[in-house]
Amino acid sequence: MPTVSVKRDLLFHALGRTYTDEEFDELCFEFGLELDEITSEKDIISREQGDTKAEGASDVILYKIDVPANRYDLLCLEGLVRGLQVFKQKMEAPRYRRVSPASSEPQRLVITEETTAVRPHAVAAVLRNITFTQERYDSFIELQEKLHQNVCRKRTLVAIGTHDLDTISGPFTYTAKPPGDIRFKPLNQAKEYTAQELMSLYKTDSHLRHYLHIIEDEAVYPVIYDSNGIVLSMPPIINGDHSKISLNTKNVFIECTATDLTKAKIVLDMMVTMFCEYCEEPFTVEEAEVVYPDGRTCQYPELAYRKETLSADFINRKVGISESTEHIAQLLTKMCLRSEVMSDGEQIEVEIPPTRSDVIHACDIMEDAAMAYGFNNIPRTTPRTYTIANQLPLNKLSELLRQDLAAAGFTEALTFALCSQEDIADKLLKNISETRACRISNPKTAEFQVARTTLLSGLLKTVAANRKMPLPLRLFEISDVVLKDESKDVGARNNRRLCAVYYNKSPGFEVIHGLMDRVMQLLEIKPGQGNGYHIQAADDSTFFPGRCAEIFACGKSIGRLGVLHPDVINRFELTMPCSALDIDIEHFL
Amino acid sequence: MSPAQETLLRRVEKVDGGLDSQDVATSLGVDHQAIVGAVKSLLALGDVISADQRSSKHWELTGEGCEIAEQGSHEARVVSSIPEEGMPQSQLMKLAFGKVGFSKAMSNKWIRLDKGHEGGPRIFKTVEHLEDLVRDKLLLVQKGQASQLEEKEKNELKKRKLLSEVTVKSYWITKGSCFSTTITKQETELTPEMIASGSWKEKKFKPYNFEALGVAPDCGHLHPLMKVRTQFRQIFLEMGFTEMPTNNFIESSFWNFDSLFQPQQHPARDQHDTFFLSDPAQAHEFPQDYLERVRKVHSEGGFGSQGYKYDWKIEEAQKNILRTHTTAVSARMLYKLAQQEKFTPVKYFSIDRVFRNETLDATHLAEFHQIEGVVADYGLTLGDLMGILHQFFNKLGITKLRFKPAYNPYTEPSMEVFSYHEGLKKWVEVGNSGMFRPEMLLPMGLPEGVTVIAWGLSLER
Repeated sequence: MPTVSVKRDLLFHALGRTYTDEEFDELCFEFGLELDEITSEKDIISREQGDTKAEGASDVILYKIDVPANRYDLLCLEGLVRGLQVFKQKMEAPRYRRVSPASSEPQRLVITEETTAVRPHAVAAVLRNITFTQERYDSFIELQEKLHQNVCRKRTLVAIGTHDLDTISGPFTYTAKPPGDIRFKPLNQAKEYTAQELMSLYKTDSHLRHYLHIIEDEAVYPVIYDSNGIVLSMPPIINGDHSKISLNTKNVFIECTATDLTKAKIVLDMMVTMFCEYCEEPFTVEEAEVVYPDGRTCQYPELAYRKETLSADFINRKVGISESTEHIAQLLTKMCLRSEVMSDGEQIEVEIPPTRSDVIHACDIMEDAAMAYGFNNIPRTTPRTYTIANQLPLNKLSELLRQDLAAAGFTEALTFALCSQEDIADKLLKNISETRACRISNPKTAEFQVARTTLLSGLLKTVAANRKMPLPLRLFEISDVVLKDESKDVGARNNRRLCAVYYNKSPGFEVIHGLMDRVMQLLEIKPGQGNGYHIQAADDSTFFPGRCAEIFACGKSIGRLGVLHPDVINRFELTMPCSALDIDIEHFL
Repeated sequence: MSPAQETLLRRVEKVDGGLDSQDVATSLGVDHQAIVGAVKSLLALGDVISADQRSSKHWELTGEGCEIAEQGSHEARVVSSIPEEGMPQSQLMKLAFGKVGFSKAMSNKWIRLDKGHEGGPRIFKTVEHLEDLVRDKLLLVQKGQASQLEEKEKNELKKRKLLSEVTVKSYWITKGSCFSTTITKQETELTPEMIASGSWKEKKFKPYNFEALGVAPDCGHLHPLMKVRTQFRQIFLEMGFTEMPTNNFIESSFWNFDSLFQPQQHPARDQHDTFFLSDPAQAHEFPQDYLERVRKVHSEGGFGSQGYKYDWKIEEAQKNILRTHTTAVSARMLYKLAQQEKFTPVKYFSIDRVFRNETLDATHLAEFHQIEGVVADYGLTLGDLMGILHQFFNKLGITKLRFKPAYNPYTEPSMEVFSYHEGLKKWVEVGNSGMFRPEMLLPMGLPEGVTVIAWGLSLER
């Protein structure tokens, strides 16, 4: 969930009133936001770097507000205030309009064929006669960063570039070139670099190095030039220094390059709708024309208003309320979804503004109606769905056995299903190839290399962690291991196992054997060949030679028991003899 | 009862006040320790006698003192060993008591030394009868009449290492509240023999120490978290929910994400957050027509939805992962339900492991248990979801609930569930809930009017 940090006093000023922290917290809760933290720059610095560093930092109160991940329209002060003001019915949602330039042709961005291979989409727009203040400017920069981190997926899907239009002249060309051929002075640098040099320069940049991988291995890098060959930006890495915006910038050219066109349009819409209120003619955005390699042209930003029609009955039925059509239309309007009751008095026409890209289905509209109504005002009812409960037979069996194993003096352990390859192979004197283990491709640590194929290693690790406890240690676990299995759609399956260990000064084979007898007794399987159970000597590298037996029940091999090999004991950093039982209980279903 | 105990009890019976264990020992002529032993075992029987420890000082003869009491002081022995005609000094000095006795006898003027005697110095006695005062004093002490001596005299004898002062610990013994001369020993435990013979009726039993802890029972235990799992399972069963088969930790991205209308660029699908498998890397079997409907709703929309409008790739859907939530199983179950000839309402639950690619620390686990409840029926409302959550949490003893709008890719509306924590005096998040999106349910083939409400929480929390 993205967190937006806004200055409290600025926020209250924009909202036209002050709130206590509790009141504001309550308002956030209702609106689906969360007042996560109340802090200041000084607090943050002193917490992260110590009090001395924080000296002189601003102690203006900041509200850190958690915003739902799909509400890009609430990622800056401007959007938050607009959303809350409309919600509190202090203002009407503005209508955003795309306009043509008064006296000239629109700005043009020409996309060349070369971009297809690396970053094929671009959209653009102009904010004309905008007035920045320090706060507005900071918020403008901050919104780009928030969008980059969220909807832009760290610039992989979309990258935003903003430019002082008065320093450059169109038409602009969006193309892609070999890195050696791109040369310009990047933002906040003193000299020109080639793209290659830039990539190595930014290798150590704490911020930019995270984006290098997006184009690093490409043969050509995306780049935008103006008509005089000045570089506007090399997306998604860095803008040119020449066209950078400042507090004095009056006209802003915004370009978004992308691998996902839908997202690029959303991002552009967000950038312009959030800040066009500071234009000379508020809530208007000057169009720009994008020319595709095939000659097609498109006007941006789209600022599309979409209409959906739904019935009050639909909303009442889904939410569980019975409100009039008029009231529901009012509720939706509070959520920036301008709604009108249609002539039949039952249908509602809802207009979805360009800021609400999260609304893609009638159910999203229904949710907004429920939010505006107040979730906690909805009567709580009990569904009359009549069903009979059933336990999963495998879990039912496991539950019964767990109780009885504990009653038999063994204590239940709960161990991780993921482990290192060593845990299930080397330490148990097995070869990894014979384990049928599923491997994880991206573990952060060696503890999560494979899914376990046996419960034994987890239990032995538990014994090792409890060496100080009085002997004997008797542990068991009934849980799943994971084995490769070609017959399953995903190529693997779980297998429910029962594993127990007895750790003492003497191996206690008879103890673990007795436990196995008890399990069979509980399962109503009698000793004996055929339909009964019996054990017979077996070879298994995990066990001490001559001290391992295979368990057969109803003619099938279901597991092993025996005294562990001294090397196994050593490898788990244990010192005493230990016997173990390991059976597959799925046979007993 | 030992003879010492018996004698002791008799004596205590006869006296009015009490008596000293030391005196008893002296008068019986037995070692004091034997009497102390008898006192202690009688004390253990309860209130038969009471005994206060006390200490007293008295004088005793040293080894040398005893020798003198028996044979006379060294000086007296010197005098008596000298014949009328005297004795050469050298011969006297050869006797054991010679040296000390000579100088003392000289200072008492009981003997004289003739240095000029022919044949060397010779000693003669000067008295016929002497009073051996040292011996007499020691004899007094030996008889226990040391008090007749003056302190000064005693100290002088002490200096000569003939007397020593010893401290004696003894007990002052009086009758206890249950005094009896015919007591029986208290039994420690009831035995089968006592029960058989009925002898327990006459026996007295030693009191138990109720301050001590008992012996730990020789039994095993269930894991606390698994006990909580059992409780949750019980609650679901009481509410008529059927358990889902969640025994498949490895899941395809298709069932874990795509079927839930979670877009392929969603951050949860990053390498950073999810465990992907290298072996088996891909799932190879999907219901083809369903897969096609899922592709379409993501990339083009449909079922009343705008869709996400991106290039949906089968390769992403095929990637195997360790499931990040049990909702993957709910998706499989709902798909299966949609394939039934006729829809029947269901209530499902599961409690099982899920996995996130985290580095372990105090607040992060790479695997934990998710609890999930799902209800599918015609006409379910958001109010129904809140009502059923209310009942569910009520069974856990949580009665105050409120709901906060939230976002989740596969539920709309989505609600975070908060409960009021009486201890912390604030609202804390206890779970997540919502109605599954039509973009998830309709491609599965569930009828249009069917609503599916669901909620989830973590067992570890």
